[in-house]
Parts: sequence; structure tokens; C-alpha cells
Amino acid sequence: MKKLISLVILFISIFSFQNHSISAEKIKFLETDWTFKGLFGKYDRGALQRGYQVYTEVCSACHSMQYLSYRNLAEPGGPEFTEQEAKFIAASFEVQDGPNSEGEMFTRPAKLSDKFVMPYDNVEAAKAANGGAYPPDMSVLAKARKGGADYIYSLLLGYDDPPANIKLDDGVYYNKYMYGNKIKMSAPLSDGLVEYSDGTQATEEQMAKDVTTFLMWSAEPHLETRHKTGFRVIVYLIILSILVYLTMKKIWSRVETKV
Amino acid sequence: MSDSHYTPKSKVGKWFNDRLPLLTLANHLTDYPTPKNLNYWWTFGGILTFCLITQIVTGLVLAMHYVADTKLAFASVEHIMRDVNYGWLIRYVHANGASMFFLAVYIHIFRSLFYGSYKSPREIIWIIGIIIYLLMMAAAFMGYVLPWGQMSYWGATVITNLFSAIPFIGEGITTWLWGGFSVDNPTLTRFYALHYLIPFLILGLVVLHIWALHVPGNNNPVGIEIKKPSNDTVPFHPYIVIKDAFALLLFMIVFAFFVFYTPNILGHADNYIEANPLVTPAHIVPEWYLLPFYAILRSVPDKLMGVIAMFSAILILVALPWLDTSKVRSAVFRPLYKQFYWILVLDVLVLGYVGAMPAEGLYLLVARIATAYYFIHFLIILPFLGFIEKTNPVPLSITEPVVAGAAMATRSDGENKIENNLKSLG
Repeated sequence: MKKLISLVILFISIFSFQNHSISAEKIKFLETDWTFKGLFGKYDRGALQRGYQVYTEVCSACHSMQYLSYRNLAEPGGPEFTEQEAKFIAASFEVQDGPNSEGEMFTRPAKLSDKFVMPYDNVEAAKAANGGAYPPDMSVLAKARKGGADYIYSLLLGYDDPPANIKLDDGVYYNKYMYGNKIKMSAPLSDGLVEYSDGTQATEEQMAKDVTTFLMWSAEPHLETRHKTGFRVIVYLIILSILVYLTMKKIWSRVETKV
Repeated sequence: MSDSHYTPKSKVGKWFNDRLPLLTLANHLTDYPTPKNLNYWWTFGGILTFCLITQIVTGLVLAMHYVADTKLAFASVEHIMRDVNYGWLIRYVHANGASMFFLAVYIHIFRSLFYGSYKSPREIIWIIGIIIYLLMMAAAFMGYVLPWGQMSYWGATVITNLFSAIPFIGEGITTWLWGGFSVDNPTLTRFYALHYLIPFLILGLVVLHIWALHVPGNNNPVGIEIKKPSNDTVPFHPYIVIKDAFALLLFMIVFAFFVFYTPNILGHADNYIEANPLVTPAHIVPEWYLLPFYAILRSVPDKLMGVIAMFSAILILVALPWLDTSKVRSAVFRPLYKQFYWILVLDVLVLGYVGAMPAEGLYLLVARIATAYYFIHFLIILPFLGFIEKTNPVPLSITEPVVAGAAMATRSDGENKIENNLKSLG
């Protein structure tokens, strides 16, 4: 057992040494106090609602969220708009439906059951409108990038003037946290870009934090239930383990060997 | 089976048992004499059974909602994660369950290596185990393809391309595996069918594995043959059942922690990007449990030789009972083997680590040395060790560690050693 432990320690030290030696080019992400981290982590309801506002007013011009429906906005564990609010939000979008009894396609206001309306008809159209780069779908983006929420938050605030040795083409921007440092999205946020109805100051950091929280929720809509259930499951297992341990001790006391 | 004389007490039971001796089987399983000195490393057989059942049950539910179609697979997984009642839980248990399964199987295999459980008369148990392990890898690999993310697609491309290294017929085999000229819809549907089939093959082999185990009975930390039943054994129920249950609960706590608090840490972020044949990820890496073999594959410069080395690394285990020439089973009494054993453990961990790193520079060099050592361990060190190693005296039974023959003079010395060794095994 001692050997095993020393082996593990040795292995970890080699591992961390190796990591250290190549981390010269690695950049640490910006840190902020996410409410959804930790064993009891929950989403900040206000941040989710503001984040949705930032998404609709800013991001959704180019980024789709194809796996989300308007009903999700009113579901527990999410932004928790009231059903009336969610219906109102949905109705502000037009969706294509049909064919009707005449065989014609028609448009109508979106309902709760409709998916989020996409900014482009297809990937090619999205590319054509964005200088050849596809603005990724944002439904699971927070899980599809190494570093998750921290990465997205950092990227949104990571725009800077390029160092002298980097030349940028037209429509390409410098970002400290982007893989390869070149990004085709211009800095999307600036102070006061949106007007929050709850009185929160719409600073760049605030908007980045809000919209990242929203993206984290859209990637993990059941995170709150997961944390709550997990705590109960683990407490249950620990109590049961103790009871089974005591039972085991009792049973094995009939045999002189120790367990 | 020693207890074939069992007769049920009730009349109905006797009537049924005469026609189908299920009650005799149940009686055999509960009374099965088990060495009483088994330590917690022996609880992983039960844990593995739990893992298999968990994967089958969760997999069955996932199969009810999953759609095996390249255009719909990714979306259907998101549907499971978002809209299916507790779909997120079922999928996270299934995905992390695969990792837990491999964690347990590696402990199970290395326990066998330490205590010489693969040696006569348990070679068949061992070989069935290796086949189960191979099937597990196949099932896990195909399962990873099903969500149709970027790592699914490119992992499938890399692994199936390995077969193209076979001379003359390689290209044909690869095309046949794909069902086309690249990884595409036919590949996905057949992987799905096989992914559904393999667990049941494993289940069948597990029955054989346990059957083969129940012929000679369990090995034990001392590694000696014991009389069954005797003072050295306890009936499987309740002694081993309760101990296995306790160990399983501890295992489930670790399992639950992964599922509920870090469900994606063992996966790769790229697999949440839908598969795109036109965009290659920066690094294509398999799941952690396949990394040591991936490192072996890449450490050989020639593709065909690399594939051969990788498969040999697993198949060499089949010959292990005959490569190990030592008469003594347990490493407890083999001072030299014990050291080489830990070096092998370290070697495999190093292989796993470099397997996750880009194959260049220092990593490649380390991978090559570790690969060479892996084979040297099995092909050179083990066969030789049996001849040159001076083993410590082995006790005659578990309860009375009487030291055999010539060692009588140093008996108390040897006894102390054995006791210390047994203590250190906890």
C-alpha cells in the first residue's frame, strides 16, 4: 500500500513537472466567481435572464442555439422567466410552418414548443456572411471548449492590440485566449451595449459574465438537479456504507481473521 | 462441484430441482468455500459484475432514445441530455460507467498479476478474462463513436485505418469495415449494432469466467492451494457477500462523485462538437483507458509493425501463464518479482501518460523505452526470474503458517516475514 502511494506521488510529480515545462506557452484564463461551481453550485437567476438578453441582442445575430426551445426559458433550473414572459419572448420571433391545407408554407409567431430561431438558413449561409468562418452553434459551446466557462469568459474579454510581430488580415482580430490568437469575430461586447432592465450596470465584464452563465446553463440545463441529487446520493451511500461496514464487522467476528 | 448431493427440503423444490437443478446451483453459490484471507483487491470481481449490469441497463434505456444516423445522432444525444426524464443521469452514468469499468478491470488484472492468479490451474479463467477485456475495448471504442462528435468521428477514422496496414488485403478490409469509402452512416449503424451485441457476449463469457473459477476455487494472497472447505475457508454467503457489498458501496461513492460533480472530466471537449469530416481536431486522442496501447502503437515508426506491437501487447497476456516459470504464485514470497511488478505498473502508467501527449521529442523517446520495457518484462524478465529468484518460504495453510521442509530452522524468522507481509497487504 505504501509502495502504491509513493508510486502515485512519483507519477503525479512527473506529470506536474512535464506540464510545467510546456506551460510556458499556456495562458491562464481569467477567473471570476461562478455561482454554479462547487458541490452546491446553482445558477444566478438574474445572470441567466440578463445573459439571455445579451445573447438575443448581441450573439444571436450570428450564433444559433439549435437545441434550445423557448419553453426552456421558463423551466426550473434555468432563467425561470414566467410562462407568460416566455410566451411573449417566443411570440417576438417569426418561424416558418406548414404546409397548410393549400399546400403553402407560411410564417407565424413562435410558440413555446418552437426551437430558437436560427440567424442563418444553413452553415454555408452562415459562413458566407462571416468571411468564411462559421459562428459555432452555442447550445453546448460551454462544454465543447477546453476550459469551459472560464475560456468563454476570457475570450470575450481577451481582445487586445496585436503584438508587433503579428500581422492581421482584414476581418481578423487578435485575442489573447483564442487558439492561435487569431479570431474572425470582432470584439462583441462594449460598455453599455445593452440596457439591463434590473438596473445592473452593463459593463463589459458584467455582460461577459452574464452571457457565459447563460451559455453554461444551455450546455448543462440540469446542473442544479444534478448537484442536488448528487449530494443526496452520496450522503445515502456513505450512511449505507457505514451500516454495511458495521454489519460486516459483526458477521466476520465469528471468524478469527480480521477484515 | 462438491455439493451436488444437495436436496431441497420442500416437495415442490425437490420436484423442480430434479428437473432443473437451479436450487443446487444456488446452494453451491451460497456455500462456495472461499479463502478467508482474501483482501479488498479481491472485491473487484463483484464490482465488475455490477459495472457490466449497470452498462447494460443504462445502455438499454439510452438505446430507446438514441438514433443511429449521422444526421440525427448528435441531436438525439442532446435530446437525451435535455428532454428525456433523467436522461442526463442515465447518459452520464453510462459514459462514466465505461471509465469506472476499465478502472475496475485494470485493478482486477493487476491483482491477478501480483498474486499469480493466472497460474496453473487457473489458466482458462485468465484467458477468458483477456477475451472479455478485448471485447470491452471493442465495445468501449464503438460506444465512443455513437454520439457522433468530433472525437467519435476522428477516433473511428484513426482506429479503423489501422487495418489498412495489413499487406495486400488491408485496404479491402478497411472498406469492408466502413461499409463505404470513409467513416460514414453505414459505419455508424454497424457500430451501433455491435455495441449493442458485445455486452451480451461479455455477459456470457463472465458466466464461463465464474464457472471456470468455481472449479479450482479462488486463489488467495498467500497463493497456496487450500483444502476446501476447511479452517482456511468461509462460505461465500454471508462472509464474502457482505465484504463485496461494502467494497462496492465505496466504489459507488467514487462513481457517483464523477457522475454528479465532474461528469465530463474523463471525456474530451471536442466530442461536444458535432462530427465534421472536413475539420480535423488538433489532437486526436482515445479515451484514457486505451492510452497505453495508443502509446505503443505510435512508438513504432512503421505502421504495420505498430499495429502488430499494439495487438501483441494484449495477446502476450494470453501466454503469461507459461511465460512465468516460477513455482510460487504470490508476489508476497517473491522478493525480486515484487520489484519488477511495481516497475511494470509504473511502466504502464508512463505509457498511458505519453499516449495522451503528442508523439514527438522527449515523449516519443519515453514511449519507445516504455514500450520496449513492457515486452522485456513479459518475454525476458518473467521467464528468467523463475529460475534465478530465491523465493521466501511459503506457509502450508492460511491458518497455520507452518513453513515447509528445509526452512524449519529459520521457521520463526519466516513466520515473522509472512505475518508482516500479510499485514502490509491489509
